[in-house]
Amino acid sequence: MTIVLRGGRVIDRSGERVADVEVGDDGLIAAVGTGLSGDTDLDASGCVVSPGFVDLHVHLRQPGQEDAETIETGARGGALGGYTALVAMPNTEPTTDCPAVIELVRTLGHGASCEIIPTGAMTVGRRGEDMAPLGELVDMGVGIFTDDGTGLQDPRLMRRVMEYSTGLSHRLGRPVVLAQHCEVTALSAGGYMHEGEWSSRLGIPGQPGESEDLMVMRDIALVRLTGAHLHLQHLSTAAGVAMVRDAKAAGLPVTAEATPHHFTLTDAACATYDPVFKVHPPLRSDADVVAVRLGLADGTIDAIATDHAPHTDHAKELSFDLAPPGMLGLETAFPLALDGLGLDLPDVLALLSWRPAAIAGLSDRHGTDIEPGNPANLCVVDPDATWVVSGRAMASRSSNSPFEGRTLRGRVRHTMLAGQPVVVDGEARR
Amino acid sequence: MTAHLLGIDGMDRAEIEELLDLTDTFAEIGRRPIARVPALRGRTVATLFFEDSTRTRVSFDTAAKRLSADTLNFAAGSSSLSKGESLRDTVDVIASYGVDALVVRHPMAGTPHRIADWTDASVVNAGDGSHEHPTQALLDAYTIRQHRGSLDGMHIGIVGDIRHSRVARSNVLAFSALGAQVTLVAPTTLLPPSLVGWPVRVSQDLDEVLPTLDACYLLRMQSERITEGLIPSLREYVADYGLNATRAARLPTEALICHPGPTNRGVELSAEVAADPRSVILDQVVNGVSVRMAVLFLLLGSGRELLERSESEAGA
Repeated sequence: MTIVLRGGRVIDRSGERVADVEVGDDGLIAAVGTGLSGDTDLDASGCVVSPGFVDLHVHLRQPGQEDAETIETGARGGALGGYTALVAMPNTEPTTDCPAVIELVRTLGHGASCEIIPTGAMTVGRRGEDMAPLGELVDMGVGIFTDDGTGLQDPRLMRRVMEYSTGLSHRLGRPVVLAQHCEVTALSAGGYMHEGEWSSRLGIPGQPGESEDLMVMRDIALVRLTGAHLHLQHLSTAAGVAMVRDAKAAGLPVTAEATPHHFTLTDAACATYDPVFKVHPPLRSDADVVAVRLGLADGTIDAIATDHAPHTDHAKELSFDLAPPGMLGLETAFPLALDGLGLDLPDVLALLSWRPAAIAGLSDRHGTDIEPGNPANLCVVDPDATWVVSGRAMASRSSNSPFEGRTLRGRVRHTMLAGQPVVVDGEARR
Repeated sequence: MTAHLLGIDGMDRAEIEELLDLTDTFAEIGRRPIARVPALRGRTVATLFFEDSTRTRVSFDTAAKRLSADTLNFAAGSSSLSKGESLRDTVDVIASYGVDALVVRHPMAGTPHRIADWTDASVVNAGDGSHEHPTQALLDAYTIRQHRGSLDGMHIGIVGDIRHSRVARSNVLAFSALGAQVTLVAPTTLLPPSLVGWPVRVSQDLDEVLPTLDACYLLRMQSERITEGLIPSLREYVADYGLNATRAARLPTEALICHPGPTNRGVELSAEVAADPRSVILDQVVNGVSVRMAVLFLLLGSGRELLERSESEAGA
């Protein structure tokens, strides 16, 4: 069965044109042009046809915390958000620090609404003590390693992991990426929000932005020493953005991501004391938010990543200190990026699709140009549709969206994964 | 819309003064041979304390009993939460007893605010982490007003661990709303990370500030601040910030010495200073009950209102 995405503006890395896109039953794009015919039409009028989005940072909670999310429900939410590939973080139970758990995640991902890309832990059990079997995991095709949730505190071990990873690139066929959650916990410990004017007023112990800056600084120094490819996760401070800008100018192999919540919300949101606004790194000051937006605009920050982190209502119905950090992000990322950054649509799509695809080593099948012969991992977005955010209405098993009740502009109409329509007219099909 | 007392933040001068005026009435009741009125008969006031505090709990309990309310006391240690029960579960269980007011003490800022979202009962913040302790601020303001008539134009020094103090946050708001100028006197590590928007001056020189004060408010110093590396030693703290007889001599004769209690003798103040005639520390304790009576009465309404409610329910 062939499907034609009809009448949309096609935008990819190579440019923009109005065209129909015909998708063949082999999962590849069959033709791009006008007046194409197929077995089924999907209306793309008034919409933009884009390469599917790639999220470098999601928590799918499986295995281990299936009451909060599963790979199936997380991938469904991803597809509803326009994503065709999700990079899954390793803080599952058990963690993805060995071939068996990587294999389990991949198996659970078969048939899901997005391609699931498991990351490997950098250290055994994410404990920051012993290096995980990076070589063994690289041989399975794992290309990104991270201890996300906590940064690797020990600078000596981080240096070793970096050095070791550079020797594995030839086995992977591309540089191994080490993704770091930047936080020196000795400085941030005991803090539950960004330290500053708001934490002082609210009486919530804070974490200074410098606890993030110090690890950004350390790891950039270690990149200079080792040549490893470093990816900085959820960059949230003005100083961090400035350091990444300098590192890139110096030609170092450093990439970075930022989350929609870090470029749209500030620490003032914590004034409700609702832990739905508790996240790591914490929501920061106005000046930090401005710096992150500028970083996304000038290319210092390569990609938008959601850090989608589902938690059950039950888990969030605790005091601010005890509630777990994290918020949903998959279904709200596109409209927030569209409205929140002041960028042209192609630049927004670059941050959501082909730039993160390149970091994740997925450029052979995600974020690819919309041309005959390329895999049909696509999304069709209506940049003018408005909708009201409801955590309950989302595909996630959890509902902890910090944007609850907000009216957003921009919505995903269709998503195609390997040629299969997984979202049609805003409804999940899997 | 249920009425709550979650903090001094958001209260204006008129609202604070209304409470202080009402406190006068209840202070008078406290001096009667039988210190009990039927104002809240049939109402239930529950204290829900997630943190030990005999003083504050007993003060609220006494206030409720003097108003003839039924009282329930829940000492909710962190144990039930560590067993997997959410805070909301705990609140739902207690609300199921049919309480009209929940007096909440919690080690984390904002918890009473969360609880207020989940219950129909009036919530009184009896201290939330390092955030606020509004009834303490009201009783402090009441005590100072009792001795000095008004806080207008007064200069009040708050000395000690401002950073971790809910008493300081509430008092800064209450004292300034009532027209006083506040100076925080503390080592820089015991000040909040940011004082932007705070209507205060700051000093690290207690000796210099003392002669200018109309009231000197000493905060309780906790020994864990040393293990946290915030100050080198209690000895150094006492040397710089302890109110001893020599320092107290620099304080004007009509000035007041306040402390939220319990005092660490020999730390915040020496034994001699505790016995100084300018100390109003015991008045603060007595006034605590009166203020809390006023708060409960204002939130839960008068007995007449209750009567009307039960009559209309009976008629329905």
